[in-house]
Amino acid sequence: MSDVVLTIDNLTVALPSWSDRRNAVEGVSLDIHRNEILCVVGESGSGKSVMAKSVLRLLPAPHVRVTGGRILFEGKDLLTLSEPEIRAIRGGRIAMIFQEPMVALNALMKVGRQIDEVLEVHTKMRAAERRTRVLELLADVHLPEPERIIDSYPHELSGGQRQRVMIAMALAVEPALIIADEPTTALDVTTQAQILHLIKELQRTHGTAVLFITHDFGVVAEIADRVAVMRHGELVELGQTSDVLNTPQADYTKALVAAVPSMTPRARTSAPASAPLLIVRNVEKTYGRHGGWFGSRGRTVKAVQKVSLDIGRGRSLALVGESGSGKSTLARCIIGLEESDGGEIILDGEQISGLTRNEMRTLRRHLQMVFQDPFASLNPRHRIGDIIALGPTIQGVSKEQAWKEARELLMLVGLKPEAVDRYPHEFSGGQRQRIGIARALAVKPKLIIADEPVSALDVSVQKQVLELLDKLRRTLDLSMLFITHDLRVAATVCEEIAVMQHGLIVEQGSTADIFSNPQHAYTHALLQAVPGVAWQTRSAPSI
Amino acid sequence: MMKSFSQRFLHNPLVIVGLSWLTLVLLVAVLADVLAPANPFAIVGKPFLPPAGDFLLGTDSLGRDVLGGLIHGARTTLLIAVLSTLAAVAFGALVGAVAGYYGRWIDDVLMRLTEFFQTIPSFLFALVLIAILSPSAMNLVIAIATVSWPPIARVVRGEVLSVKSREFVRAAIVAGQRDSAILISQVLPNTLSPLIVTGSLLVATAILVESALSFLGLGAPNQMSWGFMIGAGRSFMREAWWLVTVPGIVILLTVLSINLVGEGLNDALNPRLADA
Repeated sequence: MSDVVLTIDNLTVALPSWSDRRNAVEGVSLDIHRNEILCVVGESGSGKSVMAKSVLRLLPAPHVRVTGGRILFEGKDLLTLSEPEIRAIRGGRIAMIFQEPMVALNALMKVGRQIDEVLEVHTKMRAAERRTRVLELLADVHLPEPERIIDSYPHELSGGQRQRVMIAMALAVEPALIIADEPTTALDVTTQAQILHLIKELQRTHGTAVLFITHDFGVVAEIADRVAVMRHGELVELGQTSDVLNTPQADYTKALVAAVPSMTPRARTSAPASAPLLIVRNVEKTYGRHGGWFGSRGRTVKAVQKVSLDIGRGRSLALVGESGSGKSTLARCIIGLEESDGGEIILDGEQISGLTRNEMRTLRRHLQMVFQDPFASLNPRHRIGDIIALGPTIQGVSKEQAWKEARELLMLVGLKPEAVDRYPHEFSGGQRQRIGIARALAVKPKLIIADEPVSALDVSVQKQVLELLDKLRRTLDLSMLFITHDLRVAATVCEEIAVMQHGLIVEQGSTADIFSNPQHAYTHALLQAVPGVAWQTRSAPSI
Repeated sequence: MMKSFSQRFLHNPLVIVGLSWLTLVLLVAVLADVLAPANPFAIVGKPFLPPAGDFLLGTDSLGRDVLGGLIHGARTTLLIAVLSTLAAVAFGALVGAVAGYYGRWIDDVLMRLTEFFQTIPSFLFALVLIAILSPSAMNLVIAIATVSWPPIARVVRGEVLSVKSREFVRAAIVAGQRDSAILISQVLPNTLSPLIVTGSLLVATAILVESALSFLGLGAPNQMSWGFMIGAGRSFMREAWWLVTVPGIVILLTVLSINLVGEGLNDALNPRLADA
């Protein structure tokens, strides 16, 4: 075909000897055509990022290096080019957009100058021409007031604006190919929707080829023309987006597609009319109230503003919001990791707000928490048994009894009881999150607060952990407050949803009602922004 | 698979060299009374006998056996260095851990205190302390520990600051563990590797300080030490080169070995850094 932009031919990338597998990428062959977006999807460790980086020879040599294959671009094998030749291609003919715009941009340089640098290196334009071009580019990526943005520093822009700057930089010299490595993963869902839309729009107007790396099938549905699925460094499936999403061929792709949390809201369970277990009334939390030693009054942030909510016995409420909405702060106030500035928190008839840590200690057995990061939430130097038994022993259970129960709990969460004697590093992310759940259950709580418990997990593992949480909640008759940024996840596990924005709950109701008939504009925007929403609601029964 | 800690540590040739020398010095220090039963201060022959005669390393200006002095000196020097390091690590770790964990004004007070000690030139400070306390083995330990704990406190504080924000510490708070228990069972074990590395390198510094103090005649009285031997022999350097050279080389090799082992520990405990 004449319009092939990039050909990856039988590429193999070796990992250093101490890794758990030999090759990061194994015999992958791909073509990317002009004017198309090819999404490479895979879970963490699938080698998708390594493959993308090897195109521009950005691998951390000498430990990770290409050992076989060719990467053909405009008739040349990129792997055999000299340093000056590959430098001319980097940023010129092939541009890259990174995951974290804050890290990828130079914090000490005005963004206009950073885009200008690309033009300076790759074109012969004069300074005045370049400035006009930079302004054009900033306008192209729909940044408001280009004249102001051009002289801004990265920290003065929002996450979405920074990513727009990165895109402007990538487009600066009209590259033939743009490689985007998870460009929207660090962004909030509404911002993500805008950036995806922008990438698609610009790609269409410029006819550029885009190699788009992602782990999210929703994003794929939103943006891709063709999809390549990778697993353990190998290409599992390659095809048109609609074919791969709707009629996947490989078993692995089928499992991945099935694991994407659906947009089908949970039906409301018959409501038992009893007093709520947790009552939160007018809780407030403001940060930055204390000035410095020199009287400089810091900026105050009202993280939570007079929030009220109830959770019934055996019920689950999802608190949904974007970063900075105050959802995690509220959770920490309830669990006692932060002190609220005002309002009441009542658990099972007992007031728990305003208690000291000592007074709180005996009440800890009623409420526990599942944390976000399964790698940071287990002490690497403690055995699993000690980790799970800690809570019960503090509540006065004997060590033997606590360890015996720890074994039973491990079986309950689907692990072997022998795991008690092992250390956290011997387990995968999903297994660790199961251990984290077992720890939370160890004191037999009535309420579990789960703070983004699956956001650090791959989609297939995420599904298993969500199912486990749901099963345990039913069998043990637990109440749950589930913090998440992902409406899809909220819909799978919770009957009720509260949407938070800027420290306020803007809408609250049953999941089914909110999905079918959102009242608040922000809820509406959140629902529209879910990546792949069209694909998912098409396959789900209409509401 | 990742190689285990001991594999990475013991497969490093520099570590083997360092460990061999340190083991030798340690054995000699422990067995000093067996290897050289005579009092190292006893006059055993004519002064200034050159090495490789009746006495393997010759005699000094008063006719004392240099080899016997080295053997007994190893015991004094190592004992003082190790004890002062242990004291410095214990105190520094306590200060650093409390400052890092509790933060706020406690951190401010403790860190200003640490800086106060850090800003005084450490050798002069040790000198002043010995001058005030009078020279003795115990006071040497106190003086060396007093000048060497601040870096330990800083290292531990930094580590505690990063560890305490990890989620497992929050999990322990949610489980109801007390602050002191969290600090001891959850936080401190995770600061061990940098602490071990800094501590092992501190032993080398302690040996140097002890030798320098002994050289100036402020060492433990009536205890043979390497620094004392150099100090006693320095005026005869042209007539009897071995009096200064031999203990000097021993100090050099010991300090070098400790540094090699310390570096090896660092590489083995932080494999990713070592490869970069």
